[in-house]
Amino acid sequence: MDWLNYLELLLPGIWVTVQLTIYSTILGAIFSFAFGLGKLSNNWLIKLPSATFVEIFRGTSLLVQMFWLFYALPIIGHAIGIDARIPPIIAGILALSANIGAYGAEVVRGAVLAVSKDQYEAALAMNFTPRQTLWRIALPQALPEMMPPFGNLAIQNLKDTSLVSLITIADMAFLAQRLRNLTADSITIYTIVLFLYFFMSLFLAYLMGLLAKRIGTWRSTGRS
Amino acid sequence: MLFGIEWDTSSTLAFAMSIIPILLVGGITTIKATVIGFLLAMVLGLVLAGLKGMPVKIISWPASFVLEFLRGTPLLIQLFFVFYVLPQVTGWLIPAFVAGAIALALQYSAYCAEVYRAGIEAVPYGQREASRALNLPPLHTFTYIIIPQAIPRVIPALGNYVVSIIKDTPVLSAITVLEMLSAASIIGDRTFNYMVPLTIVGAMYLILTVFAATLVRIIDAALPKQGIPLK
Amino acid sequence: MSNPIVKFDKVTKRFGSFEVLRELDFEVQQGEKVTIIGPSGSGKSTVLRVLMTLEPIQEGVVYVGDQPLWHEQSDNGELVPASEKHLRSMRNQMGMVFQSFNLFPHMTVLRNITEAPINVLKIAKKEARERAQELLDMVGLADQANKYPAQLSGGQQQRVGIARALAMRPKVMLFDEPTSALDPELVGEVLGVIRRLATEHDLTMLLVTHEMEFARQFSDKVCFFDQGKIRESGPPDKIFTAPKEERTQEFLHAVLHPNE
Repeated sequence: MDWLNYLELLLPGIWVTVQLTIYSTILGAIFSFAFGLGKLSNNWLIKLPSATFVEIFRGTSLLVQMFWLFYALPIIGHAIGIDARIPPIIAGILALSANIGAYGAEVVRGAVLAVSKDQYEAALAMNFTPRQTLWRIALPQALPEMMPPFGNLAIQNLKDTSLVSLITIADMAFLAQRLRNLTADSITIYTIVLFLYFFMSLFLAYLMGLLAKRIGTWRSTGRS
Repeated sequence: MLFGIEWDTSSTLAFAMSIIPILLVGGITTIKATVIGFLLAMVLGLVLAGLKGMPVKIISWPASFVLEFLRGTPLLIQLFFVFYVLPQVTGWLIPAFVAGAIALALQYSAYCAEVYRAGIEAVPYGQREASRALNLPPLHTFTYIIIPQAIPRVIPALGNYVVSIIKDTPVLSAITVLEMLSAASIIGDRTFNYMVPLTIVGAMYLILTVFAATLVRIIDAALPKQGIPLK
Repeated sequence: MSNPIVKFDKVTKRFGSFEVLRELDFEVQQGEKVTIIGPSGSGKSTVLRVLMTLEPIQEGVVYVGDQPLWHEQSDNGELVPASEKHLRSMRNQMGMVFQSFNLFPHMTVLRNITEAPINVLKIAKKEARERAQELLDMVGLADQANKYPAQLSGGQQQRVGIARALAMRPKVMLFDEPTSALDPELVGEVLGVIRRLATEHDLTMLLVTHEMEFARQFSDKVCFFDQGKIRESGPPDKIFTAPKEERTQEFLHAVLHPNE
């Protein structure tokens, strides 16, 4: 069958998409905590850059960010003295991570702020330092709150990886386009690719659900 | 030149100043795509949400599936599908902008449907009980009791998606719609200076999103929390 | 004795596997004022909600007047589950006052009261408004007609709730813990309205409450509910001073003398 052939030809693209998703999600998570907690800091040397990062990467278009990094990275590399070509995939991963990191930062910040004020008062009464309060009291309670929005962000990120095809990275979307230009069989190819992304997003949703359950286990204890 | 406007490459500043009008012309297309796309999305989302809520499984299941499918697939591929496949299948010639608006509408209809569902569910159950106790007909209950109370809950969420759709419009450049990103790209292609146009365009999106967010906040503040007042 | 206006005949209601009403037999006469007391989960609110058609039953028959409520007569005389049409025709006979008021927050007080009469009873707007104003006078809120619920105190909102239910001219008024959600100082104004309703009108009234002192003054009959059945019922004097069943004694003791 034709479509099995297409599937085989798309395989390298699928692998690229998966890798992009994994790397950008992990890096994005790091950014989320770094800048989310940074925005909560009382030290404006930390707060200002964090807030700026979040505003810029949340307020501007991901595709524009990708294009910008795509053209800017070689210039930056040249300026620091790196002569080797920086592969476009770095621009792709950086843009995706920064984007999901900025949105995730707001989720982190919101969840930490949502922890009841009483908890902070109790921690103060027991003489915890602010740092201890954050790591031992606030974050463990904030984490389960973050999971549903993080789940949505992860799926959004997966869908956004398709944009890297527009800066010449050979992911699923790029290979689909190339295949289509060769065969003009738009219907089959795009349908296959749509379903591939669909199944991947279902699977990702499932994984995030498992993660959410693991993180939220302490909540279910309490009622007999 | 682009859109009939020349740029000035004498200095970086002159260059930047001269391309702003060009980029603004692209910006008009961005705004058109946003408004048309989102209005269509709100309507389509309402239809799909309504179908999904029907007690008849033959109708609600396909509607659910369509919504899940639209949410789980990238805008870019949906865009290609609409632009390349629809003309083949239906024989209609679909201009690029129209295809773009349709794709945006499809993607965001799924988000709108979810927002509607959440807004309606947030109306306290006691309202339905009181209506039922007073023997108010179900349609009347829905139109005059539930909807007016659901709207204030729905506005902020819809507003977020308006901001979101603005940032998704550059995807349309992939099917040659001449909006802001395409304009910047073309200028870059011809002058070999990508940084200046892209940076300016980035800033323009920032301005657009801040403007939209503020507009939403104003509308939200003007609406009473309890619901659209009925005398 | 004439036919009871409300009759529960071996009614069983379940939520999932939990039986909240077990083969309940219960009768209320026309014009009677009945208070239902009992512990949480005993089924007291459920009785009212079943009567108000908010909850269906699994077994048994509920009669209002001489007609079944959750069933109707089919062509060959059998009882089949009621259609929505039948429920709608029966529902007008009952009015309900909710613990959490459930006023429509986006409508004025006046519109809250006139919405159903206009749209269900098809009463002309002018007439509905006049009647609503009369009811507001009666519950002591004559000048609040154009306020929104959020601008009123809890006690005032509940009184609007009572007026709203009365506007449909029900035969049976149901009060589901009407004062349980109120600040203690506001309880009196609502109980006062209920008391006046009882003395000045011939309405049948069913009240679920924890206000024992009020129950004693207001009722013709007190029913003690426990685990889905009526353990004991009788005139308030008997029930409150000389309860026969042990469970009734336990309950009353715990409620009336919490410090012992």
